[in-house]
Amino acid sequence: MKRPAPLALKALTAGRKPGADGFFRFDVNERDWICLALGCAQGLQDLLALWTEGNVVCMGLCVIPDGLRAIVSHPIKKGQYPSVGLNHPPALRLERTIRDLKGPEAAGHTDPRGWIDHGTWPARKIDQKRPRAASTYTFLPVEGEGLHQIPVGPVHAGIIEPGHFRFTANGEAVARLEERLGYVHRGAEDLIRGRTIADAAALAARISGDNTVAWSWAFARAVEVALGWKVPRRAVLLRAIMAEVERLANHIGDFGAVCNDASVIVIQAQCMLLRETILQQAAQCFGHRLMMDRVIPGGVAVDLTAEAAGSLAALLSRVIGDFDRIVAVYDEAPSLQDRTATTGIVKPELVARFAAGGPVGRASGRACDTRVVYPYAPYDELVLTPALRHEGDVNARLWIRVDEVHSSVDLIRQLLARLEPGPLVAAAPRARQAQACAMVESFRGDVFVSVTLAEAHGVVEIHLRDPSVFQWPLLEAAIEGNIVADFPLCNKSFNCSYAGHDL
Amino acid sequence: MRSLLFKSLVQGPAVIASPGSSEAALAEVGAALEQRIRERLGRSLAIREVDAGSCNGCELEIHALNNPVYDCERFGLKFVASPRHADVLLVTGPVAWNMRQALERTYAATPAPKFVVALGDCAFDCHVFKGSYAIAGAVADIIPVDLTIRGCPPPPLDILRGLLALAEKMSA
Repeated sequence: MKRPAPLALKALTAGRKPGADGFFRFDVNERDWICLALGCAQGLQDLLALWTEGNVVCMGLCVIPDGLRAIVSHPIKKGQYPSVGLNHPPALRLERTIRDLKGPEAAGHTDPRGWIDHGTWPARKIDQKRPRAASTYTFLPVEGEGLHQIPVGPVHAGIIEPGHFRFTANGEAVARLEERLGYVHRGAEDLIRGRTIADAAALAARISGDNTVAWSWAFARAVEVALGWKVPRRAVLLRAIMAEVERLANHIGDFGAVCNDASVIVIQAQCMLLRETILQQAAQCFGHRLMMDRVIPGGVAVDLTAEAAGSLAALLSRVIGDFDRIVAVYDEAPSLQDRTATTGIVKPELVARFAAGGPVGRASGRACDTRVVYPYAPYDELVLTPALRHEGDVNARLWIRVDEVHSSVDLIRQLLARLEPGPLVAAAPRARQAQACAMVESFRGDVFVSVTLAEAHGVVEIHLRDPSVFQWPLLEAAIEGNIVADFPLCNKSFNCSYAGHDL
Repeated sequence: MRSLLFKSLVQGPAVIASPGSSEAALAEVGAALEQRIRERLGRSLAIREVDAGSCNGCELEIHALNNPVYDCERFGLKFVASPRHADVLLVTGPVAWNMRQALERTYAATPAPKFVVALGDCAFDCHVFKGSYAIAGAVADIIPVDLTIRGCPPPPLDILRGLLALAEKMSA
């Protein structure tokens, strides 16, 4: 066989038609599979997701400038498929995840360690034949004079999710960080398989609580596209209002949390106060502070009264005024910027290679905002200028959030102005065999859902990919060469989800 | 900075009045604490939060207790960084198998007398995650629980009422 050369996705999609969800779907042979992976490494396309369904391995790919998205598949033979990670490292943890959860091995993948499987599960419904992961875990060796290790977690000092960070430091400087995740693996995908659409939606809403609206929306959209389920216009607008309120609350909270890690408590206090006001408004408008279970397949579960819409509009002016005052304090405090500027830099090349979305990607020059590059209703009719910075440091990630707080406020105003009375939910069409994918921009980046529905069995296959999956590895790069004390700043400026990653 | 400080002066405090303790929680912890030492702790509780498999929704609302509106420290409720400093473990989530050992070790590292609060519907009965191969059980299946605060997630006021009931009973 000739030495495989990088292959552009575009070369394969020509002459084909995408599905109703905008994704091309086709099988490829082993050579094209490997060449597409090489193409990812060359930057010809981005890796969106990698997972298996039955005896098939699926690779989600996209080319942002062309608005191209595809799911390419390849049969799993004798429990093996050709490794993507071998040529494109961002896939390595995904391949370990596949092995842990489903069994198939990526041929040529050299890391034998479990990733999600910590060797603790007593009984598994899936693939009993697979050897269980060892309960001990060996971190990668770091050698050199004067190095010492700092183990942190899984139970952390703050009120945060569990995960393990293994720092190897030389004095104050971090020589290497290695993450170990999977502690909050709840088996969400496995639980969803075989459930009714409504039950599956309740699980999708609890993948990661902080972006519950985005997850619910992504799941709902995938199901709706698959079934040709037409969502009433008022529901579409209300979904976007909820999504933007969620973004506002999280971005403002994150801004305060980063400043708190630089010991500027006054900014943190002001941001927490603003966040609380927004959550109380969300409860008043939609009956739940985090708006959990409010976006449902077919529409929304609650209406927004005229009175609540009025108080939301009034709150927006207050929020933006207060937030700008807080940001001015940040902007005029050199001692604070001393901590954030040039700290935790992620190089644009690395962000591009890992196709990281959200503030992590946009602070390092990756112009990917699902609302803009793959616009879905109602964003296709709204005016939105995506935030973009290039420095890639903690400071840049903060400014992305500041810019997005402004754009979210602006979007909510546009949405409120478009609201007209109408139904909130459409009746479900007849269940049938169907498949679709959907992406929704959460405050953290693009969440990706792939569902397969069957006539009698509800959801038969599901894959959920949180934006954190491609951001966690970059945190390891961000902290390299920085001091240990700057890790909280870097970590908060990323604010990856543990639950979303672990599923 | 000056404008922020000035605004705080003019606006007055954001903090709410005490919501009081929840009747139901009072009854529950009252029964749980009957045999235990009460006067040792006074009227303050050092709380160590443990996420044993939560979706992070509960964490967000626990976080909110520290914001200027609820300001839980004025009631003697303080979140601490180590179980060795804690009187109370506040545990969220269905207990994932991958977190079971960490939870047991955190419990063992907490000095007696210690109290466990299971927070949220997942901590209570695994909620939507019931039946998963990756879930070891509800919090009470793994370590003894003194108080349960239900909700998905429980709003900060409910959490505050529950914790106040615990503090009240302990100092009674």
